[in-house]
Amino acid sequence: MELIKDGKRIDGRSFDELRPIKIEAGVLKRADGSAYVEWGGNKVLAAVYGPREAQPRHIQNPTKAIVSCRYNMAAFSVSDRKRQGPDRRSVEISKIVSEALDRVIFTEQFPRATIDVYMEVLQADAGTRCTCLTAASVALADAGIPMRDFVSACAVGKVDGQIVLDLGKEEDNLGEADLPIAIMPRTGEILLLQMDGHLTMEEFNKAVTLGMNACMKIYEMQKEALMKKYTGD
Amino acid sequence: MLSEIKRDYICQLAAKGKRVDGRKFDEPREIKIEKGVAKNAEGSALVKLGDTSVMVGVKMAPGEPYPDTQDSGVLTTSAELTPLASPTFESGPPSPEAIEIARVVDRGIRESKTVDFKKLCITKNEKVWVLFLDIHVLDYDGNLFDASSIGALSALTDTVVPAKRFEIGEDFKLEVEHYPVSCTSVKIGSAILLDPSLDEETVADARLTVSIDENGDIRAMQKGLNGSFTLDEVKSIINSSKIKGDRIRELIK
Amino acid sequence: MIIMNSKNKKREIVLPGEFLGENLEPGPGVYNEGKQAYASVLGVKSVRANRVNVVPLSGRYIPKVHDCIIGTIIEVGPSSWLVDINSPYPALLHITESPWRVDFGDAAKFLNIGDAVLVKVSGVDEIKRVQVTMKDIGLRKITGGQLMEIPPSRIPRVIGKGGSMISLIKRSTKCRMFVGQNGRIWLDGGNVSTAVAAIKKIEKEAHTFGLTDAIGKYLEGK
Repeated sequence: MELIKDGKRIDGRSFDELRPIKIEAGVLKRADGSAYVEWGGNKVLAAVYGPREAQPRHIQNPTKAIVSCRYNMAAFSVSDRKRQGPDRRSVEISKIVSEALDRVIFTEQFPRATIDVYMEVLQADAGTRCTCLTAASVALADAGIPMRDFVSACAVGKVDGQIVLDLGKEEDNLGEADLPIAIMPRTGEILLLQMDGHLTMEEFNKAVTLGMNACMKIYEMQKEALMKKYTGD
Repeated sequence: MLSEIKRDYICQLAAKGKRVDGRKFDEPREIKIEKGVAKNAEGSALVKLGDTSVMVGVKMAPGEPYPDTQDSGVLTTSAELTPLASPTFESGPPSPEAIEIARVVDRGIRESKTVDFKKLCITKNEKVWVLFLDIHVLDYDGNLFDASSIGALSALTDTVVPAKRFEIGEDFKLEVEHYPVSCTSVKIGSAILLDPSLDEETVADARLTVSIDENGDIRAMQKGLNGSFTLDEVKSIINSSKIKGDRIRELIK
Repeated sequence: MIIMNSKNKKREIVLPGEFLGENLEPGPGVYNEGKQAYASVLGVKSVRANRVNVVPLSGRYIPKVHDCIIGTIIEVGPSSWLVDINSPYPALLHITESPWRVDFGDAAKFLNIGDAVLVKVSGVDEIKRVQVTMKDIGLRKITGGQLMEIPPSRIPRVIGKGGSMISLIKRSTKCRMFVGQNGRIWLDGGNVSTAVAAIKKIEKEAHTFGLTDAIGKYLEGK
């Protein structure tokens, strides 16, 4: 399958173009904070509960809050039905997302507590972990959790020898490299970085720059979504 | 944890014929149904019942028939009370509540012959369609039974059997033959309230879910909680379930 | 950053990580990096003299000493009660901090699970263990009336500047009210449903200007 034709990608995008993205803050009633993100064919809901007292008590940390994330895919979110419950992939994603968010939250303000972040993938395309992180960070701000900064995420990859932004489904399956990245937009510090495939040093440099620039665009959309909720426009 | 004051307040209002949100006893909350919300599913629906929100997806794949029904497709229903829906839901294996909801929805569909499973036989004794109905609870503000069963029926009406993907002919629309609609009522003191909110559900003594089809016949029932009903109360609940169910059916179709 | 103008008043909503200014003393909701001050929560920026703080627009109730709040008893021990105060941390109410003479083991005779109490935060230690007391004027067990919950971040607006909003509602509805800093409000007598509606209106329109006037008009119309 040809993934690039006449300088355009298989879905018609240019190399540095994001898929359409829609972010909405505060969509759930029961959660302390929440967000809904549509990103290309991804549909993700994130909810934050807490800070709340960590249970059972023996897991409590007397100096800071525990940030506990759960990434979960709905059974009908993928083409081949996903069985209920965590598989090894979701456990790994939950772990790295928890670690990324832990860095931005002022956890020391809430000893003995947990901040629970639940992410549900309702419809999966490529790039669910970046979509989830983006949603989670909006949900955390919506929940009033004190943070150093936002977390904005995006994937970059290599397709038919070209470095391209925000891989789509076919590109993800057939491409040569995939590199999800999450940053703190204010400082540019990297919070999440993974890669699989094959990149030269030069390609990596190009990809990271492209990805980080895209994260800044995502950041603008995250801010816009929160402003929309809190100023009522 | 509901404070005694809140509990007393709901009960006192109910004794005066009122509800906290100003609804009449037999008045359901606003119902919104959106179909085709999950494109990787064969059929799907998002149902909002007031602030309760449930997403239901249908997935289908060829599989083996049950030994006692060699010529029929197979229905498998599960419910997931995701922890994002309520501070009291936890991740982990399905809770008894989730299993009860899945079984009540499953019975409503199976026993009312909503779908003719004989039409989902591919090769007798060998291969049939397995229909997975997955209920995903997103926001819990009471009455998951009705939100889930309305969602299930709506998702089924949205379903296209993916025959082409499995190389067994052309895709075809799943035929929904009956439209059983479930309505849940709770008893608070001697008052009967349709479509309970979370607080009303918490205070309630007893709960009754009645599923009624388009002909006005009863297709499934489930009584819950540790209170009881008189026979007259049951009959009156069945009656109002029929009237309200007729309106909800129009929304689903 | 969005600046909302209404005549000469300004409310600036900021997001976590947003730059607030230089050489400012950081108050609540603010953190410093070198000389730069940044917001740590989503809220309204407020600068007074050389001090900057961000008043949160959401978030759970974090107990502070002297706060008056409404709690619900969740556990009864021999010499104390555990009180849910709508915060990440439950509070301890010791029998000696109650208005009654309670003998060891008799706590349940005075307060039981589900009872609502007006209490005051008397202590919060470094690991956020919270103690409350009922030994002050007006603190007691509450019975009857109605209890509502709104986001704790909206409470300052329900109270209003110098208590202006709350007295307006009380005057107009003849309701007895107790507004807990933890987002719980108890109402009794008078026109409770109008008072509840007015509070819900404040909750919804908390970010707007001239709210006291708007609520005044709303109450007049009732």
